[in-house]
Amino acid sequence: MGHGKRTTITLEEATIPSDHPLQGLSKKAAIVGAIGLIASGGLAAVSSERFFFSYLTSFMWWLSIALGGLWFVLIHHATRAGWSVVVRRFAETFMAGLPVMAILFLPLLAGMNDLFHWMHPEGDKVLEGKVGYLNPTFFVIRMVFFFACWALLARFFYNNSAAQDTDPSPSITHRLRWWAPMGIALYALSSTFAAFDWMMSLDPHWFSTIFGVYYFAGSAVSIFSCLVILSMVLQKRGLLKDVITEEHFHDLGKLMFGFTVFWTYIAFSQYFLIWYANLPEETMWYDHRSHGTWLYVGAFLCVGHFVLPFFFLMPRTIKRIRKTLFLGACWLLFMHWVDMFYVIQPVLTHNEGGVDASFHLLDVTTFLGIGGVFLAVIAKKLCSNPLIPTGDPRLAESLTFENL
Amino acid sequence: MADSKPYGVLAEFDTTSGLYHACEAIRDRGFKRWDSYTPFPVHGLDGAMGLKRSKLPFIVLVMGLLGAAGGFLMQTWISVEAYPIVYSGKPMFAWQAFVPVTFECGVLFASFGAVFGMFGLNELPTFYHPCFNSERFLAVTDDKFFIAIEAADPQYDEATLKELFSELGATHVETLEA
Repeated sequence: MGHGKRTTITLEEATIPSDHPLQGLSKKAAIVGAIGLIASGGLAAVSSERFFFSYLTSFMWWLSIALGGLWFVLIHHATRAGWSVVVRRFAETFMAGLPVMAILFLPLLAGMNDLFHWMHPEGDKVLEGKVGYLNPTFFVIRMVFFFACWALLARFFYNNSAAQDTDPSPSITHRLRWWAPMGIALYALSSTFAAFDWMMSLDPHWFSTIFGVYYFAGSAVSIFSCLVILSMVLQKRGLLKDVITEEHFHDLGKLMFGFTVFWTYIAFSQYFLIWYANLPEETMWYDHRSHGTWLYVGAFLCVGHFVLPFFFLMPRTIKRIRKTLFLGACWLLFMHWVDMFYVIQPVLTHNEGGVDASFHLLDVTTFLGIGGVFLAVIAKKLCSNPLIPTGDPRLAESLTFENL
Repeated sequence: MADSKPYGVLAEFDTTSGLYHACEAIRDRGFKRWDSYTPFPVHGLDGAMGLKRSKLPFIVLVMGLLGAAGGFLMQTWISVEAYPIVYSGKPMFAWQAFVPVTFECGVLFASFGAVFGMFGLNELPTFYHPCFNSERFLAVTDDKFFIAIEAADPQYDEATLKELFSELGATHVETLEA
């Protein structure tokens, strides 16, 4: 019923004050990012192949958050969502990190020889057959196209939403809703093929048509986790205290839970069909992950990405208490990293003729390097614009939202 | 049957807010055995009545887990013990193949738990309800709102209740036969 709840927010309340400690976040993140990238560069001189695999792992992890933000905004507009208006600007901020991800992709182009076996198709009948798609020129063209799609969509949806802060006109909401379904189609195709290109083609003999959905599922879990964490961090710093309530956290928690199950459904579907059909060119992907310690990483993924969060996030109270939901969100982000690690790095293990998973300092430095730069960009965006789309016509609905 | 004990007292209200505040008052007086009746769902009425959260989710969880476990054991028993057949060169105990049916059994029994648990908690089917002894109660599917307090409530006292309901703004109060 929303008895006694507020229905509006002023621009001033929704903006981070210029003397607030969070204003320094962007600079700090940039320093961490610079140190991380420099350290990674130094370590790359020693073990270059490892560098590219670690870099790709970190890159895909951070990219999934930015892409998740874009997806959340598109779905929000396409479904005319009301409850989620108070957290939409956060999703918009995450998606605003997409252009810088394009720049952060560039080092990977230098590592294509190390990463992608299809760069050398000579004498391999299967790869010679795939050369029409898997060749460096077309790869770069596709990459440019993906980032162009994402950057344009992010820019269009962010700028229109920001324009509504000063001009609270419903026509902006209508315009964004009109474009959202086309954005979804573009997003779905580009993110699917990006996942094919940058992760699936690491094993160029192997293919799985569900692979794009698999990456998307992890990305959806991540964005809900990030929205929860960012909301709580801001509230901890005294912002938006009575704006984002346990009702919103409850819904974000439900979606986190739902998409965790969705990820499991997709992951198992992929495994199950390959296991059943038992075709050599398909099973070898799992075979590379079924020996040595990689087997345990896979088992840990089943338990940590499904069984534990499934039972932990199920009760209503867990999703309504900040501390427990925060814990769940951090855990799922960690498991998403394990997932990226499990998808990408066994290829390196196999290239080197080993069977065991190994953790490298580069996994940390590339994570901090890419993450620092990404966070520096989005923290700047966060501080320079209101935290809430104050001009959105459905803001009152979102502020008074209650679960029945 | 005029000499039998009455079922309780039925009060009629014209508006949702009248009913809502009456429910709050009755809740605050600590009545245990009573219910409200409306033509459509009134948001927040469960809070005004002081209803606790339903036990249904717990029933659904237990049923779902039992269904999943039962489905898995059934397939294991059939494939390993009762009628072992080798197919696709897979082992007899091919747990991967059991997962879809295990999942479906879990969903099926969770749904049974939800539907029949809901029936049970709502005491359905109820073939006779004393409220329908009142002619005026028929308007509950139209535009009137009702509260009935049962005689089985420890605080039940017909005269005081009738007075209370009038104070709370009931447009009509009557005694219901059992």
